[in-house]
Order: sequence, then C-alpha cells, then structure tokens
Amino acid sequence: MTTSTPSMAARSAAAPAPAPPRTEQRSTGRLGDLIFAGAARGSGVLVIALVTLIGVFLVAQAIPALLKDQASFLTSREWTVAGDAPRFGIAELAWTTVSASIIAMAIAVPVGVAVALFITTYAPTWLRGPAATMIDMLAAVPSIVYGLWAVLSFRSVVRPVEDLIQQRLGGIPLFAPTGVSGGTIFFIGVVLSIMVLPIVTALSREVFAQTPTSHREAALALGATTWEMVRTAVLPFGRPGVISAAMLALGRALGETIAVTFIVSSLAPGTPWSWSLFNGGETFASRIANNAGEFDSAQKTGAFIAAGLVLFVLTFLVNAVARIVIQRRAAFSE
Amino acid sequence: MAKRIDVEHLDVYYGDFLAVHDVTMTVPARSVTALIGPSGCGKSTVLRSLNRMHEVTRGGRVEGSIRLDGVDLYAPDMDPVLVRRMVGMVFQRPNPFPTMSIYDNVAAGLRLNGVKDKATLDGVVEQSLKGANLWTEVKDRLRKPGAGLSGGQQQRLCIARAIAVQPQVLLMDEPCSALDPISTLAIEDLITELKAAYTIVIVTHNMQQAARVSDQTAFFNLAATGKPGELIEVGPTSTIFSNPGVKATEDYIEGRFG
Amino acid sequence: MSVSTTSRVVVTFPDRTRARTQRDRAARVSMALAFVVAVIPLAWILVTVTTQGAQLLFSSTWWVNSQRGINSTMVGGGARHAINGTLIQAGVTALIAVPIGVLTAVYLVEFGRGRLARAVSFMVDILTGVPSIVAALFVYAVWVGTFGFQRVGFAVCLALVLLMIPVVVRTTEEMLKLVPNELREASLALGVPRWTTIVRVVLPTALSGIVTGVLLGLARVMGETAPLLILGPYTKNLATDLFSGLMPTLPTMINQDRSELGQAAAVERMWATALTLIVLVLVLNLAGRLVARLGSVSR
Repeated sequence: MTTSTPSMAARSAAAPAPAPPRTEQRSTGRLGDLIFAGAARGSGVLVIALVTLIGVFLVAQAIPALLKDQASFLTSREWTVAGDAPRFGIAELAWTTVSASIIAMAIAVPVGVAVALFITTYAPTWLRGPAATMIDMLAAVPSIVYGLWAVLSFRSVVRPVEDLIQQRLGGIPLFAPTGVSGGTIFFIGVVLSIMVLPIVTALSREVFAQTPTSHREAALALGATTWEMVRTAVLPFGRPGVISAAMLALGRALGETIAVTFIVSSLAPGTPWSWSLFNGGETFASRIANNAGEFDSAQKTGAFIAAGLVLFVLTFLVNAVARIVIQRRAAFSE
Repeated sequence: MAKRIDVEHLDVYYGDFLAVHDVTMTVPARSVTALIGPSGCGKSTVLRSLNRMHEVTRGGRVEGSIRLDGVDLYAPDMDPVLVRRMVGMVFQRPNPFPTMSIYDNVAAGLRLNGVKDKATLDGVVEQSLKGANLWTEVKDRLRKPGAGLSGGQQQRLCIARAIAVQPQVLLMDEPCSALDPISTLAIEDLITELKAAYTIVIVTHNMQQAARVSDQTAFFNLAATGKPGELIEVGPTSTIFSNPGVKATEDYIEGRFG
Repeated sequence: MSVSTTSRVVVTFPDRTRARTQRDRAARVSMALAFVVAVIPLAWILVTVTTQGAQLLFSSTWWVNSQRGINSTMVGGGARHAINGTLIQAGVTALIAVPIGVLTAVYLVEFGRGRLARAVSFMVDILTGVPSIVAALFVYAVWVGTFGFQRVGFAVCLALVLLMIPVVVRTTEEMLKLVPNELREASLALGVPRWTTIVRVVLPTALSGIVTGVLLGLARVMGETAPLLILGPYTKNLATDLFSGLMPTLPTMINQDRSELGQAAAVERMWATALTLIVLVLVLNLAGRLVARLGSVSR
C-alpha cells in the first residue's frame, strides 16, 4: 500500500528521476486518499463489528447452557452448573452487584462532585493542579491493588462501622445483622465508591470548568455568595455532565472484577435469603472470575457466559443512557 | 433609592500589577456617567471595582476608597455580597442563566436573597420587565427559556434581572457592543428612562452613545503601554465633547486614536 | 412609562445575611473535607504498599529471577518472569490497538459524516464501558469456545486490545479536534492530497496528545487482571512465547499468593508485586503527563 504513494516513490528514487506526469500524480493522490479513507473507515466498522460480535458470541454460547437450565435463570439463586440437570440463576448475583453498586454511587457521586467543585471553585490556585493530579492518581492505581489493600488493611477499619450500624439499625431488614465477617455487600460498595470516585470527579470537573465566566459573574453581580453562585450557575450548567459521569461510574462499578473478587465472601448453597446489606454474596464478575478454573465443558462455560451476558446488557444500558444525556447537553448548549 | 458614589484616590491592582492609578471622581445620584477611553485604559476595571466584581479575578484588590452615600464599600466588615446587591451590573454580552426560564431569570436575585412570597415575586418580575421595556414582548412566554430571546431582548432581560433586586446603582459594561443598531437604540432609550430611579455608570466605546445617553463623561487613558490607566478628565458631557480641557481627550473623541 | 411613577412593589429583603454566610462557609468546609476524604485512600494505599513491599524490591533477586522453586513459605524470589509477561503483553496489545484506535479517530474527525460515524462513535462509548471480564469472556468464547485453541498470552492481548482501543480513540479524537482547520486548508491549498495532509500535517501536530493517550491506555491495560484470570493462567517460570504455554504477569502473580494470606512471606511478596505494578503504571502515567505538558508548551 505504501509503495504506491508519491512520497515513498520520491524518497526511493535516488537518482534525479524525471518528475512523474501531473495526471499520474493526481491519480496516485486519489488512490492514496481512497486507501487511507478506506482504512480509517474500516477501523470504524471494525469497532462496530467488535461490539456486535461481543453480543453475538456471548448469546450463541450462552443459549445451549440456558436451554439445559432446570431452574429459572432470572429468579433462581442456585448455581450448580455441572451434571445432566444443571440448576443456575442470577438472582443473588444481580442483587449483590446492583446493591453494592448503588451504595458505591450513594457515596461516590456526592463526594466526587464536591471534590470537583473544590478543585474548580474553592481551592486556592496553587492547589488546583496538584489536587487534580492526586485524584487522577487514584484512578491509576490498578484494581488488584485496591483488592489487596481492601482485604489486608481497609477491612479492619470498616468492620467496626458495620457492627455499629447493625447494632443501632438492625431492626431495619436492610441493616439486619448477619454474622458475615468477610466482604459484605456494604464493604464491597464502600471499596467500589473509592475506585469510581475519580471517574465522577474527572468528568464533573471538566463540565464545571466549562461554566461560562459570564454565568458565574451574573450570579455574583446579583449578590450571590460563592455557594449560591455554585447553585445558580455552576450546578445547573454541569448537571447533564454530572449525570453522565455518574452513569459511567455506575457502569464501572457494576463490572469491577478483581477488587471485588478479592473481598467477596460467597454464601454457602442453601443460605436463607436476606435483604441485609451486611450479608455476603457474589457479584456477576466475581462469580465468573472465581470460577475461571471450571471452564472445562461447554455447558459449564456457557452458564458463566450467560451471567457475563447479563452483565454486558446491564453495562450497555447504563452507558447508552450516559451517552444520550451527554448528547442532549451538546444539543442544548448550541 | 439612587445614591451618589465618591471615588477617592483609587488604585486597582491585579496581583502586583497596577492596572489603574489614582482615580478621584464623583458620580451624582440619578444621572448617567459614561466612562470612555481606548482599550486597556482601565475603564472596565474601575467599573468592576464599584461593585467589587474585580475581586472575582485572581489577585484583584484596591487602595483608596469608594463610598456610596458615605458608606465605604471597602470597609473591613463590608460583605462583597451585600455590595453587589446594592450595586447591580449588566455585562457586555447578554448572559441570562441558560437553564432558567424568563421568569426565573428575573426572580433569581430575589430568590437568592430569600424572597419566597409568590405574590411579591410576581409583582417584582412584572415591574422589572416593564422597567426594562420587555414586558409586552415576553408576558405570554414567561416560562420559556431566556436563551430563546434575541440578543437585544436577552440584554433587556439581564437589565430586568439586575433591577429586580432594587439596587441603588446600575453598572453597565459596554451593554450594547454585542447588539444590532435597533436593539442598541432600545437599550439607550431604556437607560434614559432608568436614570429617573437609578444612578447609572456605563462603559462604552461608542462616542455617539456616550454623547447621547450620559450627563457626565470621564475620559481614561494610558501614558504608555504597560503603564497604569489614569483618569484624564471628568466633566459634564456637553463640556467634554465640545470643549475638552485636555488635548488627548479631544484627539480621542475625534477618533485620532484608540 | 417611567419606573418611578407607576405604583411600585416594595420588597423588604429578609435579613438573612448571617444564615447565608454560614451556609456559604459550611459549603466551603464540606468541599475541602470531601477532598481530604478522597485523598486518604490514595495516601493509605501508597504508604502501605511501600512500607510492606519496598524491602523485596531492593533484594538482589527481585528484578532478575523468576519464582521457580519458590513456595509460599519462602521469602522473596524474583518477579522478572511476571514483569516480562506484563511488558510483552502490553507491548503487543499496543501494537494492535494503537493503529486501529488512531485510524478510527481519524475516521471520526476527518471523514466521518452521517449515520456510520454516529454509530462508530456510539460503539466506542459502549466499548469504553465494557467490563474487562466481559471482554475476556468474549475472547474466551471465540478463541477457546469456537476455535478450540489453548489459553495463551496472545488471547490475553486480544482481550486487552478491546479495552485499549476506546482509550486511544477518545484521546486521539480530542487531539485531532484541536488541530486548527487552517492547517488542513493550508496544506490542501498547496495541492497536497488529503491523506498526505492527515499523515504529514494533522497527525504530527497532534502527536504528543496521541502519545499521552497511548501511555494512559497502556497504564490501564497493564493493571487489568480479569482477562488474565480467564485467559492467562499463571506460571512461576520465565516464559516469552505468546502463542504456546502459560505466561505469568504481575497481576496473576499477586493473585497466586492470594490463597496464602496466612503466610507472612506470601503476603510480603504480594505487596512487593503490587508495588512493582504500581511503579510501572505510575511511570507510564507520569510519562504520559510529561509528554502532554511538553507538547502543549510547543503549541
């Protein structure tokens, strides 16, 4: 492909070669354009194909296993994938995944937005750059390191808090005491909140920084305090950005694998159902990752792929919503 | 409710940079004072120091004094938030809050200041929009976004928003520079009406505009690039335009520089 | 109509200055507090990993040896095999992902119009959000499930490619958008074909930004663990063949010792491996920022 380009031809011609006729040069230019545009377009199409194929392959390999499933896939809490009559369902995985992610959002969104406001509006100028870098570094820490830290260091700090909540609010089913000492749903949520906070902050920071100075000044000129200026000018302007940041963070929390795998305590089969956030339980991702060694038959693998498919659909929806919100905003600001 | 402003020996700094040096002038109540001069001469800086908006820019501070009917705007216990409620401001480009309706834009300042009563808000919104000569054009679409108005209407909306908090002084920073001639005329008429109730200070690049709307004109200039801006002379508009005391004023007004 | 003559609505402003000032101050304090709370985990992690793991990094064997013959009760050993594996896989991943990512970004900025471009852009966003475990399952379904190949290093690379492409596309796209249109027009007006304009004028102008994107993408990919669990089982030995046998990496090396939390030696090794990984990732990250900064100065 490259040899047909005029620049390469010119470079490879060592002797003073006669200039190629004008028409030919134009045609090689056009050929180059065609090839290059084709390659660029091809890459774009490849990306579309890849995402589509992810869906297609997951569905294709999940279906045979799902057909054999003796339990209801969506509502069963069982997970027996071997044998002639496998019984598996995602109820428990979905509950753990979603409730831990919601806890993560409940912490990460307000704190993340506050940090973004601190960096863009409140912090002294000299601190803004370093502060932003520190939060970005939080995103650079590999998730396996979070897992290690959560198990070996952080757990001992959260444990007493959990005990306290269970003692005080144990009457509410969500906070009922369970006796689980390892990774509770609550703990998973707290760890996830730390991991997704930089996502919330980075995106919110960007939109807050874009708030036009004229809007900020308009509020201040009406006699607004800094906080009132934030509420009348900065937050309304940044709201779509914050929503999409939250959705992206949610997508990340739902799919986070290794840190969760490190901390979950899986429940023994037959453990009675509990709504408590202090119960154990596995997420989609940790169930798959913890059992990677079991992928020895198409049926077993298919069951895990089916769980992965549900996770894919969940994150797809969340990300699509985030995308739509961003586009609305683009349309609005024009 | 209008008040007079006394500026004495005002120096304005941005960090270590002295932007304006030693300005002393008086703005009488219920009059229009125009600040004119070439770009970078510090007229906008002086305007913004009148409601402490220059402090929003990093490192902005002043020396000297500015008093509103004798009250020092820079007294140590004076809250800049309070100053800005007494001294309203209209900016160069119309800047209605894009997420708010026309009604909410006008009511924004009142709500910030804790006015919640629906009847009061309704009354003030109508009165302010009438005061800004915008009422008849928008009364049927008060709940529509303010960003949907034309540029001139948006600017009058911003004026309505500013007078809704019933300030004593109204500052205008080149309010017509982003507008077409017809909208400009509408704003100029409005300024003439507003001076019955407000003390108005306006920065403008347009000599005819200064001559048309103002009672008093202050001419600012720079000695050289990098030097601070200075007040060259101030006086009745008719005098400044017909018989200026300084050669530079005459040169500027006649368009020889700037 | 004159403002002063019409019957005026008289507003009495409630004197709530003190309440407002207090609320403003409370907001200010909360924001600062939120920042402190957010930074605590970072400091805590860095301090823990460093104090627990730094010692091994200074041992004579860490950067040279593998874990061959080392069991969970024995102190130290080397991480050479895992470092090799991580770097090889990251390198190969970049070789595949960067051209696809850059070309896709070029398509979106320079050629893309209409429906196809919107679809590509949408799919890039979706790909950004695909969890690493799902990418791994997909590659598993193709590589092992459909073609019946073994789990090897290259399969890991394919999964990592999926995760790296969107990072490269997005950063490159941002950079290309920043290239002023005048530059393109100036080049086109000289009779230079469009593709040469892009390769010779547009891409070099955006180069520092693209490099930053690649380095940040690499940093993300190197810390990924899920694809390794599914597709790249661990071994204690040195291995450099991407197409046969097992290939160890830093994350799987940490994971290996996870079942041995009771053994002090194993725990120390985990911290040391984590520190090694963090150092690699942070070096890439800082390099990315540095390139970005140098590039922006020259612009």
